[in-house]
Amino acid sequence: MKKFVLLLLAAFIMFGCASNSEKGKPPKFKAPKIAKTEEQEPVYDKVDGVAVDMNNKGIGPVKSVTIPETIDMALAKEGEGIYNALCLACHRPTQKFIGPAPKGVLERRSPEWVMNMIINPEKMVAEDPIAKKLLIEYNGSPMANQGVTEEKARAILEYFRTL
Amino acid sequence: MKHLIKLTSIITALVLITSCSPGGMSGEKSGPGSKKGAAEKVYVAPGEYDEYYGFLSGGFSGQLYAYGFPSARLLKIIPVFSQDPQTGYGYTEESKPMLETSYGFIPWDDLHHPDISQTNGELDGRWVFVNANNTPRIARVDLRDFNTAEIIEIPNSAGNHSSAFITENTEYVVAGTRFGVPIPQRDMPIQDYKGNFKASLTFLSVDQKTGQMDIAFQIRMPGFNYDLSHPGRDKSHGWFFFTTYNTEEAFTLLEVNASQQDKDFVAAVNWKKAEEYIKEGKGVVEKTRYAHNIYDEKTHTTTHTIKDKVTVLDASNLPGLVYLIPSAKSPHGCDVDPTGEYIISNGKLSSNLVVHSYSKIMNAIEKELYEGEAYGIPILKFEETIAGIVEQPGIGPLHTEFDNKGHAYTTFFVSSEVVKWKVETRQIIDRQPAYYSPGHLCIPGGNSRKPDGKYLLVMNKITKDRYLPVGPELNQAGQLFDITGEKMELLLDFPMIGEPHYAGMIHADKVKDRTLQIYDLDENKHPGVAKGPDNVRVERKGNNVHVYMTMIRSHFNPDNIEGVKVGDKVYFHVTNIEQDYDIPHGFAMMGARNSEMLIVPGKTETLVWEPQAEGVYPFYCTDFCSALHQEMQGYVRVSPANSNVKLTWGLNHENYE
Repeated sequence: MKKFVLLLLAAFIMFGCASNSEKGKPPKFKAPKIAKTEEQEPVYDKVDGVAVDMNNKGIGPVKSVTIPETIDMALAKEGEGIYNALCLACHRPTQKFIGPAPKGVLERRSPEWVMNMIINPEKMVAEDPIAKKLLIEYNGSPMANQGVTEEKARAILEYFRTL
Repeated sequence: MKHLIKLTSIITALVLITSCSPGGMSGEKSGPGSKKGAAEKVYVAPGEYDEYYGFLSGGFSGQLYAYGFPSARLLKIIPVFSQDPQTGYGYTEESKPMLETSYGFIPWDDLHHPDISQTNGELDGRWVFVNANNTPRIARVDLRDFNTAEIIEIPNSAGNHSSAFITENTEYVVAGTRFGVPIPQRDMPIQDYKGNFKASLTFLSVDQKTGQMDIAFQIRMPGFNYDLSHPGRDKSHGWFFFTTYNTEEAFTLLEVNASQQDKDFVAAVNWKKAEEYIKEGKGVVEKTRYAHNIYDEKTHTTTHTIKDKVTVLDASNLPGLVYLIPSAKSPHGCDVDPTGEYIISNGKLSSNLVVHSYSKIMNAIEKELYEGEAYGIPILKFEETIAGIVEQPGIGPLHTEFDNKGHAYTTFFVSSEVVKWKVETRQIIDRQPAYYSPGHLCIPGGNSRKPDGKYLLVMNKITKDRYLPVGPELNQAGQLFDITGEKMELLLDFPMIGEPHYAGMIHADKVKDRTLQIYDLDENKHPGVAKGPDNVRVERKGNNVHVYMTMIRSHFNPDNIEGVKVGDKVYFHVTNIEQDYDIPHGFAMMGARNSEMLIVPGKTETLVWEPQAEGVYPFYCTDFCSALHQEMQGYVRVSPANSNVKLTWGLNHENYE
């Protein structure tokens, strides 16, 4: 299983190179740094017991998110409203329920990963290594696609920063 | 056993007799596979879509059925006039008002003729209108969610058969009367029928934005049986044509007594003239009672109201409103060709197809070429109205539809065949047997200016040996023909549900992209909605207990309820808070003398349960929703009527004491 995760990581890195070259930069081939990753001891998060990988941005439309220093409280408030309507049934803010609690999630997952998980859950639980582990950890309970737009997912993310 | 032998010999005799008639039940089977390539023409590869939606009447099942063609795959049962335990339609508090009438709640009807809305004489895919034959009503099905959005009762009518056909801009939905009745209803001897029993031709306006119907006016007519109708189109737009039988006004043994006269009438109604009369104040407002039930898409709830007035125009006193055109004996179908010039009267008992000409009818009206009058309504001279007659093309013609190349296709019930003929020349081009005894037929866009002459669906009344036997009652047989060539080619043979009377077929592109995938939870204005854990609650109001519950993969909230007592009436207001396509959840309560309810994402529905004995009773999700579907369940504790158990509720011990 570990080997599989590494392979996926390798594939991810390779994919990253490919998309760089698409941006018009001269194609520079970089050997995948498999050796280096092998050396690292995986860190497991204390909440769900899943390996932390802050470089994993997940699978979905969100490629890059910039998070300013200060929390946008208006945006967070909007996010809280959306979260309460669409997510709260399964995710209690501070405790494990049907699914994981979002408190402190940005310390163990990248913001892109969080947003892609919200927007694109079916593909994430099928293909993303972290999401796949979480699905097993949470008894195979599927993450419902609640039809959240990128804009709304960003507001939810801001709300998570306040928890 | 004796009866069985008798019956068998009757059937054998019948088969022998009919097999002598041209193209009759020959007994030899023919079907897909008998001709090379038929299977390929109806094969829709897995994952691919059909080219057409077909809306088939469900006859005495009371429902409408959406099929895909050419595959004839059943896509959806749309409950309209009958309760549907599969969805909870007619069982939930929100949908029960849809089946209310001036007689009270009626759980069933006989659904006949679907007609798809039109703009400029072309199908537009907004709504399908259908009629209830037994307790006269018209329903509107919204093609955004394939649900019944409205039902309006037709007062002063009985046997609502020559319905629900629309004009070419959906200005009106038209409803006729098959069984003359005293108007207003009153106690009187049946034998005084003649001249005293009446009929109504009802024109319902349609709001072009919302689709909402309203009775614009009724035309009071003599008590003939108005059998079928079709709108004029293009040049004849502004007119509506009805076939009549029993112009004898018989009231007993109609089989014989309504078949005395050599000819009956096509009633031509000038509805533009009716509009003028209404404007001039010639309509008489009469007191009556009828139900009008409208679904609100924000509250997901139907409101039932009783209305008490209708505006009536009397055809006997208002010149130019209606003309009677003598036609084939006891005609059934009344079909107008795509150009609007030809009105085909299918002479059920005469076997002739009479082709009336709109231009000639107009000329006869202008020159007052009358041969008499009936109850003050002029009768035009037969020969002055006809373009021609298709002489003896078969036995028992019932219905005609058209393609886009000038051909007409007519079903013959007795000789069990469909006949293709050229409208202009009345020349017969092809005939193919149908299995058995066809009634209605349908070509995509058939009742419009622009039919699509690709397929022909024939809806048969008798099935006999077409499929594996399943006991004495068989589903009606549908047969799909390819009509692109000179000869009609039978492609497919499939059992249908109920007894389909007519169907509307429309290209999928006009419908599929407008369909809803979910109801937006933000727009849910149901008074009983719970949008999340903060809203879920249980409240007692006397003996009524209201549960405001949510459902999402894969739990109910709350899933434990205590403090309910014997004698309580429990209202489960359940909201599916999913916002994902095709993730409905079901809700079923053990011992509830009701159905389940199937709740689609974003919707709230209410089921009532009256617990009868103390105990602990489970409820569960009926629609397999996720790997944890089997875990989607809960309990209600029922205590004795005098118990002091406190009303509590919760999920995973939350809110629970």
